[in-house]
Amino acid sequence: MPNILMPALSPTMEEGKLSKWLVKVGDTVKPGDVLAEIETDKATMEVESVDSGKVTSILVPEGTEGVKVNTPIALVLDEGEAAPTAEAVKDPSPGADAPTSPPGGEVEQSAAAVTPLPGGRGPSEARGEGALPAAPATPAPHFIPAADPDLPAGVEMVEMTVRQALNEAMAEEMRRDEDVFVMGEEVAEYQGAYKITQGLLQEFGPQRVVDTPITEHGFAGIGVGAAFAGLRPIVEFMTWNFAMQAIDQIINSAAKQLYMSGGQVHAPIVFRGPNGVASRVGAQHSQDYSAWYSHVPGLYVVAPFSAADAKGLLKSAIRSNNPIVFLENEILYGSTGLVPKVDDFLLPIGKARLARAGKDVTIVSFSMGMRYATQATEKLVAAGVDVELIDLRTLRPMDSATVIESVKKTGRLVTVEEGWPQGGIGAELCARVVAEAFDYLDAPPTRVTGKDVPMPYAANLEKLALPNVDEVVAAVNAVTYRGG
Amino acid sequence: MARKPATKAEKSALSNIPELSKDEELKAYRDMLLIRRFEEKAGQMYGMGLIGGFCHLYIGQEAVVTGITMASQKGDAQITGYRDHGHMLVMGLDPKRVMAELTGRQGGLSKGKGGSMHMFSNEHRFYGGNGIVGAQVSLGTGLAFAAKYRGDNSVSITYFGDGAANQGQVYESFNMAKLWNLPVVYIIENNRYAMGTSVERATAQQDFSKRGLSFNIQGEQVDGMDVRMVHDAARRAIDHVRDGKGPYILEMMTYRYRGHSMSDPAKYRSKDEVTTMRAEHDPIEQVKNRILEKRYGTEDSLKAIETEVRALVTEAADFATADTEPAPSELWTDIYADA
Repeated sequence: MPNILMPALSPTMEEGKLSKWLVKVGDTVKPGDVLAEIETDKATMEVESVDSGKVTSILVPEGTEGVKVNTPIALVLDEGEAAPTAEAVKDPSPGADAPTSPPGGEVEQSAAAVTPLPGGRGPSEARGEGALPAAPATPAPHFIPAADPDLPAGVEMVEMTVRQALNEAMAEEMRRDEDVFVMGEEVAEYQGAYKITQGLLQEFGPQRVVDTPITEHGFAGIGVGAAFAGLRPIVEFMTWNFAMQAIDQIINSAAKQLYMSGGQVHAPIVFRGPNGVASRVGAQHSQDYSAWYSHVPGLYVVAPFSAADAKGLLKSAIRSNNPIVFLENEILYGSTGLVPKVDDFLLPIGKARLARAGKDVTIVSFSMGMRYATQATEKLVAAGVDVELIDLRTLRPMDSATVIESVKKTGRLVTVEEGWPQGGIGAELCARVVAEAFDYLDAPPTRVTGKDVPMPYAANLEKLALPNVDEVVAAVNAVTYRGG
Repeated sequence: MARKPATKAEKSALSNIPELSKDEELKAYRDMLLIRRFEEKAGQMYGMGLIGGFCHLYIGQEAVVTGITMASQKGDAQITGYRDHGHMLVMGLDPKRVMAELTGRQGGLSKGKGGSMHMFSNEHRFYGGNGIVGAQVSLGTGLAFAAKYRGDNSVSITYFGDGAANQGQVYESFNMAKLWNLPVVYIIENNRYAMGTSVERATAQQDFSKRGLSFNIQGEQVDGMDVRMVHDAARRAIDHVRDGKGPYILEMMTYRYRGHSMSDPAKYRSKDEVTTMRAEHDPIEQVKNRILEKRYGTEDSLKAIETEVRALVTEAADFATADTEPAPSELWTDIYADA
């Protein structure tokens, strides 16, 4: 059996005081016996024996201060085991014959003393202190967005609301795959608080269209657990505001699962519902979570504007083996658009849509922001500004390649979103454009956002808190140096 | 302390102790010993700086997971919190890969990317290894939801501690589990301390087996230091839920000998309390004594088991020390599934 080493009792401990020996030379010890007490500035703890044997020497007397972690403090030998040489006693490695390096660097050895591990602990600790030579960071692999599928020539386009498009997407995917089910508050008997699940209960029955109690944290976790077991849940939040109760399950359980399991356990789940500002419902029911979820690796975050995108992206989301945050918008549910009538209309997650090509300025938005951006574009084009308008559609992975290409052409960027400015989607776009297209810029990238306040209730204040068409026009005028 | 595990004298007064067969006793002894020795080694390796971060040892609680796993079937799902090493060892996962995960090496169960608190196995239907206190209760209820949805006759065995039992989502899950009669056994491992806070200082209703009453979920308290009692109760509970009668709660009265994690000096309890539990209720000593009394084995045959277990643990430690760290390119893998 090897030496008893001075243990580290916390991730940051480098040395401690050997305050008391509870065994003496000649004692026989067995696993679990307390050998000694050691003290750090924070606590006193016991050193237990892991093996059985006889204490043959005590190398550090009690009362010694500043004993470095991993210093041999005693020698316990199996019966019949020969005492090693003095040199071997000082070997800090667990197997005396074959020293192995712990992560983070070589263990330095000298005849006189044992040097503790660099930084006292493994690589994470060392990193914080800058103790490791800076290895060149592997860059994140560049995201390459897929193109929209080509539609067959002469395909019939059907006018429908975003609500109908979402409903069709779910119904089609539930017909296709029995593992797909929808759960949430009022999704079944009530036919959906916003009628997105209308008719699903009648077609698929209560086992696949599941009314839950008002218990977001619980049913989000149940959905994720069901996804671990291989089902494909669609979890509807009545609004994303209520999903704050469940955000731990979305991020800590769903988003991180594949990584933490080394690629073993998937969480194929869609969390969906209306996001953003509704109308006159006050601060707790009016918030845009786009930036929050887009921050999280492991999640895909989708925020469609048009009916066609709503349908094609929701179908792709349901088929994905990844956890997806699907951000709808209550005000857009009733808006109509043309949706291609094809058997399986799937759109690629992570691909922005060019809504209008132009050469003077790039406006980028998504979801409800596209309404302001579109109306502003109409005004600006009428005034002679050739606007290029991009609908991100997906926020993570973010199709910044499309945006950067556009800015290289126009030299100007204006972003539009309802969310707060700090750490927002616009902030991220500006950072990427500055980093990758700095030399092409003819004006500072500019954001139009919701105001940096909780949403007020009063009609006039609510209006002030939101972005509007005039602000978008003003921002474009500023970056194109046109008189307002 | 209102409810301690029964002493030996109290037990001998009970007439209906459910005995284990010779094979079961020997298996229980071996499995529990494997957990004990593995965890002791993990503690040692933590002290040597080979294991980083948090490391929660299962020492003292071995009978719980051992007895329950003996009563479960292949195909049943299990999920627990961060005190998870024992669960994986008992269900037969390779100790080398568990230990290599603790040391953050590429041969670890999660390629070194999960760590002590995050290990999983689709093959054994073990879903972690969860670091957020209480989250596994909703997730485990979801595993039961999937079992019922598919009608595959499996059950979900969902472990959590006395600390997690105070989290809100536990009761949201209880409600839905009973509402939908999901096949889930909730195992509350009451080791008396949520980190450093005793049950008495944290809990209004200290009888956790009653925590399901307002949802009409049946529960019982079990001597979690006696693998026979654990096994018997687990069989009863698992039969109940597999029969479609809905969830069931088992409160396991158990005890952890070590601190909450490696960096906990456990100043919140007396040395006497720990010493008494070890001396009078140690789950492994109990099995060992019965094996010798009933002549299911001899000192020598038990020593042979000890030798085999030690060899496994040494092999695991050696592997976990010698194995390489994950390649830098692993930083960028397993974030998203391909499709």
